[in-house]
Amino acid sequence: MAQLEMEGISKAFSGVKVLENVNFQVDSGEVVALLGENGAGKSTLMKILTGVYTADEGQILIDGEAVVVRTIRDAQDLGLGMIYQELNLFGNLSVAENFLVGREDKFKTLGFVNYPLLYEKVSATMETLNLNRNPKERLVNLSVGEQQLVEIGKALQQDVRFLIMDEPTSALSKAETDRLFEIVHALKAKGVGIIYISHRLEELFRVADRVTVLRDGRFIATVRTEETTERELVSLMVGRDIEDRYPHEQSTPGESILRAEKLKTSAIRDVSLEIRGGEIVGLGGLMGSGRTEVARALSGIDSLQSGKIVMEGRILHLRSPASAIRSGIVLVTEDRKNEGLLLPFTIRENLALPTLSHRSRLGLVRRQDERKNAEEWVGKLRIKTHSMEQATENLSGGNQQKVVIGKWLACKPKLLILDEPTRGIDVGAKQEIYQLMNQLKLEGKAVLMISSDLPELLGMSDRVYVMHEGTVRGELQGREMQQEAFMRLATGGEV
Amino acid sequence: MMQRIINTIKRYHLGPLIGLVILIFILSFATAKFFTFGNLRNVALQISVNALIAVGMTFVILTAGIDLSVGSTLALSAAIAAQLMVGHINPWLAGGAALFVGGLAGALNGVFVAYAGLAPFIVTLGTMTLFRGLTEIYTNGMPIFNLPRGFAGFGTGTFLAIPIPVWVMALVFVAAWVVLYRTTAGRRIYAIGGNERVAFLAGVPVKRYLVGVYVVSGILASLAGIILASRLGSAEPTAGVGYELDAITAVVLGGTSLMGGEGTLIGTLIGALILGTIDNGLNLLNVNSFYQDAVKGLIILAAIMLDRKKSAGR
Repeated sequence: MAQLEMEGISKAFSGVKVLENVNFQVDSGEVVALLGENGAGKSTLMKILTGVYTADEGQILIDGEAVVVRTIRDAQDLGLGMIYQELNLFGNLSVAENFLVGREDKFKTLGFVNYPLLYEKVSATMETLNLNRNPKERLVNLSVGEQQLVEIGKALQQDVRFLIMDEPTSALSKAETDRLFEIVHALKAKGVGIIYISHRLEELFRVADRVTVLRDGRFIATVRTEETTERELVSLMVGRDIEDRYPHEQSTPGESILRAEKLKTSAIRDVSLEIRGGEIVGLGGLMGSGRTEVARALSGIDSLQSGKIVMEGRILHLRSPASAIRSGIVLVTEDRKNEGLLLPFTIRENLALPTLSHRSRLGLVRRQDERKNAEEWVGKLRIKTHSMEQATENLSGGNQQKVVIGKWLACKPKLLILDEPTRGIDVGAKQEIYQLMNQLKLEGKAVLMISSDLPELLGMSDRVYVMHEGTVRGELQGREMQQEAFMRLATGGEV
Repeated sequence: MMQRIINTIKRYHLGPLIGLVILIFILSFATAKFFTFGNLRNVALQISVNALIAVGMTFVILTAGIDLSVGSTLALSAAIAAQLMVGHINPWLAGGAALFVGGLAGALNGVFVAYAGLAPFIVTLGTMTLFRGLTEIYTNGMPIFNLPRGFAGFGTGTFLAIPIPVWVMALVFVAAWVVLYRTTAGRRIYAIGGNERVAFLAGVPVKRYLVGVYVVSGILASLAGIILASRLGSAEPTAGVGYELDAITAVVLGGTSLMGGEGTLIGTLIGALILGTIDNGLNLLNVNSFYQDAVKGLIILAAIMLDRKKSAGR
């Protein structure tokens, strides 16, 4: 039995307090969730624990004794491991070599890498993770979920006593999430203390014993999961009651906006679906089922091998994203950092990018128009910034996502496709995005929403198409829209 | 106070400018001749060829590309202009033809980069040798002399006491500045360099723009070649060897990132001025020519280190 305690932790960056007198405690063999909106101070607290930052005040205690954690190395020596939300892996190396990097001394014989030993150790770790891959496989060939397991495996190999997991399920499918939870339970049984960070409340009830809530850098409360409710956690987290997590609005769907008939690309086949004005249509399925690929086909990124896309009665021939945008189809991609935003560029520039040609005369950009556009969307979407000239890399995840949505709404689309629109953003921003989706629906626009967050997908959509192995397995509407029915279709069964 | 000065420098990318000012300051005290109108005019004239190439190079580097073929393009276009003029073609027409060939050379680079998806470094490494070879074939390895007298006036003449090449350089800078900072094309070039994928998904015709920046680079290299031939009174098949590196140096000294999407045209001008000032200053100080290159290299390294310090603080 060991106990890890953080006591009276305070930290300020250039005069701004980000943590104030925070207490946190986890025992071995226990899972404690750390909950809070973006900017609540969770990451800073964890970075102090792992030696990335040093606290201004307060101390870290293990079994009641104060320890010094000044470097990442110190943290490792104390048995504190961390799995970051962003993958820190080498795609060009093999799975096994990813385990090797940074720990070369463990697999060294006379200065050479002892590959047999490495493969043996890595295979054993992969087995405990239920990751059925060849250790010699190049990492890029693994799915994002499998890569996440590799990250976990790396931490496991270091004999951690306390493991921090930062949003480990944000990129995982349901099956992969289940597998991860099994691993968490196994680790717990082995006596590892786990600090679990997630925005997905329903997960916390499955894995966590206790939940510690932070808000605005302050400790709010620690509650036992069996004695609390989602509703209570949300109100602790945001400091007020949120009526309905998925505010669904009734509406009467209008005319058909887009109809896809038997679409076939290199990744999907026989996909038919229809989206009408004034409705939010969900597109779900497990990771790798082809959801994103449908979005790519509809927005001109992947070319069709057969089938047709009909928009308001006209057949579209999409050759590029540019032609899809001209036809009124826009896609908010799941990867806002690499596909959605020019991170070092300003809010103003990002918001104007797809509509630049409408904001110019004789090729010259009309700055007035561009500024007005930026002000309009910053206002409408309530993007929190002090200036339009702020670089988007300095915004929080939720505000970044709003900029991406804003740049596409500026195109006045007929169909808005949202791929994982709330991934990695906090509860408050999620609510705003849901309300925005409802507002678009009431304005008569067509919305196609892809999400791995099942309650969100079923809660926000009017109808849901379920994908399985590259094709639409079925459609759920009305009272059929239940998690069980969804999972049966998503795993290839019948409703 | 110190912090505020540093912030201002960071914000407006003033690092290179401060370097230039320090350099001018030192040289003005070290030699009596440096800070005279005649000498400064000379520096401006000296840098005009490199500055023109560096403008085109800035366009290319902003898209995260590189153009190593500019020196060879310069020689090829100069040879074509000279040969046509020797054949009694009107100098304006001959110049136009040379610019056209420069644009074509750039388009070839661009097509390989954008449509064949090859790495810019490798494509232009190949065409650098190809264009040099074509120049040698075209000229039979011999310089072309006896250019018309009127043509020489283009490179050696003055207007309002300023050499014509300096006017050309100024005009090109202003035009390029308008394109990069006031047009949709400029904004899209920055966007492509910032993140090609994001630009493509936002409907930017990425391939066309990539071809475009190499065409700009080719045309400006060609213009530099015409000016050089006019100043020398001949077109040499070996002209412009190594010029691509001078241009890249000017761009990088000016704070433009080789990763694309970040940098300024003013920076490039300052970079070219720093290079020209170093050359000029070392000559005025009578530094042994063997030492000149070594000193120049050290100054460049120091300047880039200062610049990196600045960006590492982000």
